Order: sequence, then structure tokens, then C-alpha cells
Amino acid sequence: MGNKSPIVEIKNLSKSYRRGNQILPVLQDITLDIAEGEFLALMGPSGSGKTTLLNLIAGIDKADKGIIKIGGVDITSLSETELAHWRAANVGFIFQFYNLIPVLTAFENVELPLLLTSLSKKDRQDHVKMALQVVNLLDRMDHYPGQLSGGQQQRVAIARAVVTDPVILVADEPTGDLDRVSATEVLQLMERLVHELGKTIIMVTHDPWATKVAHIIRHLDKGILNAHHQTDF
Amino acid sequence: MHIIKLIFKNAFRHKLRTFLTILGITIAILSFGLLRTVISAWYAGVEASSATRLVSRNSISLVFSLPISYKDKIRQIEGVKIVSYGNWFGGIYIDEKNFFANYAVDPKTYFELYPEIILSPEQKDAFVRDRKAFVAGRKLIAKYGWKIGDTITLKGTIFPGNWDFVLRGIYKGRDQTVDETAFIFHWEYLNEALKKTAPLRTDQVGFYMIGVTKPSLAASVAADIDKTFKNSLAETLTETEKAFQLGFISMTEAIVIAIQLVSFVVIFIIMAVMANTMAMTARERIGEYAIFKTMGFGGWHIAGLIFGESLFITMIGCIIGIVLTFPAAKAFGTELSTYFPIFIVEDKTICLDILASFTVALVAAIFPTWRAIKIRIADGLRRIG
Repeated sequence: MGNKSPIVEIKNLSKSYRRGNQILPVLQDITLDIAEGEFLALMGPSGSGKTTLLNLIAGIDKADKGIIKIGGVDITSLSETELAHWRAANVGFIFQFYNLIPVLTAFENVELPLLLTSLSKKDRQDHVKMALQVVNLLDRMDHYPGQLSGGQQQRVAIARAVVTDPVILVADEPTGDLDRVSATEVLQLMERLVHELGKTIIMVTHDPWATKVAHIIRHLDKGILNAHHQTDF
Repeated sequence: MHIIKLIFKNAFRHKLRTFLTILGITIAILSFGLLRTVISAWYAGVEASSATRLVSRNSISLVFSLPISYKDKIRQIEGVKIVSYGNWFGGIYIDEKNFFANYAVDPKTYFELYPEIILSPEQKDAFVRDRKAFVAGRKLIAKYGWKIGDTITLKGTIFPGNWDFVLRGIYKGRDQTVDETAFIFHWEYLNEALKKTAPLRTDQVGFYMIGVTKPSLAASVAADIDKTFKNSLAETLTETEKAFQLGFISMTEAIVIAIQLVSFVVIFIIMAVMANTMAMTARERIGEYAIFKTMGFGGWHIAGLIFGESLFITMIGCIIGIVLTFPAAKAFGTELSTYFPIFIVEDKTICLDILASFTVALVAAIFPTWRAIKIRIADGLRRIG
């Protein structure tokens, strides 16, 4: 790992929320580097700031201070519009509740992020089929989310996350709503994305089982990041 | 491709709610269309009036008459092409509820002045030859089932007694703006009868209808006519046919304003209903909009989804409402032909329907769109699960 250049560089990041007159610090002076092709698990108790840190890395929330560079781009200096364009090109999202659009088929859900690109319809179709092939759900591409199991829906969500070939994948409790078998399938799939496609994944999880596939585990407690390295990378 | 499909599918996620909203919009557009048609019907006489026709009446009031002797003096005024005259008869057919307009006119000049009233040459000849003859519009004929040669009796109100007339012709309008429910008979018949029953009321007309050579002369001819009879026992008030008709409408202006207000209130109410539907819809999907934003979709895309859905639902209701307006107006017009002889859905009304629907759709979507765009992605995502 030490030889790889960091794709994510976070320096002195702080974030707080205001509740009435009270200011609640959520993240305090976080410094973190994540190398390209790493699978990082962020753990910690509820309210420790895991999801907030993930949101900041993904460019869907704004830090109070500090710098976040993804692939050399300081995203803390981008405007909302610039961030939206940046997210479309660089970040894939995987959520706990899959968050597929229920009235669109698996194919259409995966195609959604590609609508913001200049790809032709034919190219979009090829990309979608490839992404569904990766998650082994090509035969279910015409199914609606309601016709798929939780594990299958999460795999469609993963296909949607990777279809634009983003720089990083962020996953917020991706196995939190799945049974053990489905969770294992999803984790194995994410592991494959790292090993076979070289993706960088940052995953927030409560699940100790989920951390078995991660290369690095970092703990957050009351907004402060503690180190814990897994050795089997 | 997906955006249009998504708008369509989103619109029917809550089928009952969407159905009820569409039903509400349909009823609102139908009501709005009918009310606007009532207003159009009110102004039908104005719309049908000609720029080359003047109406001259007693300056005190329409109730007072003018001497028939004015006819030749008016004819001599420069710019006057033709002079006709008539009286409002106010006769009742069997019962007061059977109201229709009935006039005594000079048949020779009347049809020349009103070319929009179409009568076959044979029937016109038959009408002119027979002093007891009358002609009526085809809608009136259809309503009462009269046939050529039938004798019809009207009970006089302004001119007391029972008055017998023989049907000699059925006219039709040149276009649908022409009233086809009028009953027209000879002024001479009325005048001759009055010579026996009320000699003091003879040789009087209720109004003169004057054709001018060109519209630009209307104002000067009207002024010249009134000047001619200034300081006489019966001074005239001459105005364009349009102004004359508007004078009638001004008497009932409060009703017209009330109908206009009600028509806009209907739209305002459905706007509130639609806004409520869109607010509920957007609130339910705030998490989805956050997902779209995470993927890089911007405010314009979110606005497109919400406005698109609002427009889609509203336009379905609008189209159904417009389609239903025509048979409803026909039924309404038939039922109320006594009061509204011309009851047609104008193109302007359809345009107003569409404009109102667009306005409803846009206004209803403004607040939900603003809310969906403004909410932070992190807050939106928290609404899921």
C-alpha cells in the first residue's frame, strides 16, 4: 500500500452542525490518505461521524475547514454546480437501502447516471449490459426493483455505481439491510471490483463481518479518526 | 428517454390520487369552459355586430318611440346607404316561459341590411307579399315544431291583444354567431292594427337601423343624425350597433363580472388542489431527488421531473375537460336557448382552458420544486429508509 499514490487526500478536515445556538462538532481535524485500489472500511458507533465523513469525501456535503483532494482535485473549492458535474464523473454511490428508482427497470436504473454523459444510446446500452454482467444480473435487466430480492437490488445499485467508471466508490452500510447470504455476495462483489477492476472503495459499516473484505479499517469515535490496519491486503 | 418515461410513471404511482386530481382538473376545466362560454354568449350580439350599421333610438330611453317620418330625413344624410326600422314586440307564445325575441320590421330593407340572415328567395317573396307573415330562425322552428303555413298566435304585452301570424319562411344564419331564434314580422301589420286599436301609437318605430357606406363614416353619420333631430319632440341617440349592444350588456354587467369571478375562483381552487398533490408527491420523493443529485443531476433536472409531472397530470385533465366541454355546451345551450340563443364554445375559450391549465401546472409545481432543489443531499438521503 505504501507504494501507491493516494487517490483521496484529506487534511485537517473539520465539520460541525448547528442545533439552535449550540454548535456540535462532528468531525475534528481529520487527516487521511487513501491509495488507489484500496478498500477502506470506516467503523464506529452511531453518531461518530462516519456517514458525514463519507458524504464529505463524496462531495455531497461541505466541510467547515480542511482540504479534500480526490484524484488531485480539491473538491472543497468547487461550487455546487461544479460538484454535481464532478460527482457524476468521479463518484459511484452504494446505499444501505439500495435507493433504486422503483418505476424503472434494473437496466434503466443502471443507465440513469449515463444520461448525463455524451454517450450514444448504443454506447449506453453496451455500458449498462457490461455493468449488469459484472454483477451477474444481465438476465434480470428488465425486472423492476420490486421484482428483485434485497441482495439483487443491491447488486443493481452496485452496477449503477460502477457504470460510469468512477474514480471512487462510496458505500454507506451496503450490507445493513441484507441477510447474511446476500451480504456475503455483495461484499464478494465489492472485493472483485477492487481486485479485478482496481476500484477504490470507501465503506461505512457497523458490520464486523463486512470489514473482513476491507484492506484497511479506520475507526471514528466522537469525530476523531483512529488507525487500525488489516494485514491481509 | 427515461426522463419522459419517469414523468409518466411517476404520475401514476398513486393511481387513486392521480385519478382524483385529474377528475378535479377535468371538472374545473369543464366548469371554466362553460362559464367562459356563458360570458361569450352574453357578448354574442356584440361580436356579431357590424361596423357599417348604426342604431338610432329615442334619446330619453329605448322605451320611447320615434316617428316613422324620420326615415326619409335620415336617408338624406350623407353617408347613409340604407335605413330600416323596427319595434320590439314583446309577444308571448302560449306561456311566458316560452320566451323568444320577436320584432316588427320593414321586410324590404331589413334583409338588405342584415345579409347574415339567410332566407331563400321564394320564402322571402312569400314573406314580403303577405302582411300577416312572419319568418323565424331554424332553431326556434325546431324547438316548437312549426311548419310553413302554420298560424301562430302571440299574446301582446306592449301591444295588447292576440296577434295571429302565418309562417312563410325559415331563416338560417350565415355563420354560427347569428341568432337563429328570432321571430320577425311586418311592421306594417303592427301599424295597421294599431290604427284601429290605439291610434295614438301609430306611425312610431322603436328604433332605426341604419347602414352606412363605409365604417369610417359611422361616427360622423351618427352625429349628423342626432344633430338633425336636435330640439325636436323626439331627439335621437345614434350609436354603432356594437355600442348599442354593449349598452344592453352594461345593464347586466354585475352578473357578467360575477360569472367571470366564479370562473377564476374555479381555477384558483383547482390550483390549490394540484399544488397539494404536487407537494405530497415531492415530499414523498425527496429521498429520490437526493439520489438523483448524488448522481450529478442538477436542479434543472429535478425541476423538469416535478414540473413535467405537474404538467402531465394537468394536461390530461385539461384535454378531457375540453373534450367534455363541447357536448356539455351543446346540452347547456339547448336547455337554455331561450336565454342564450348563441351558445358556442369559442376558440378563445379553448385557448383560455389551455392557458389556465398551464398556469395551474406551473404554479402548483413551484413550491415543491423549490423545496426539492434547496434541500441538502445529506438531509434528503436521511428521509430514506
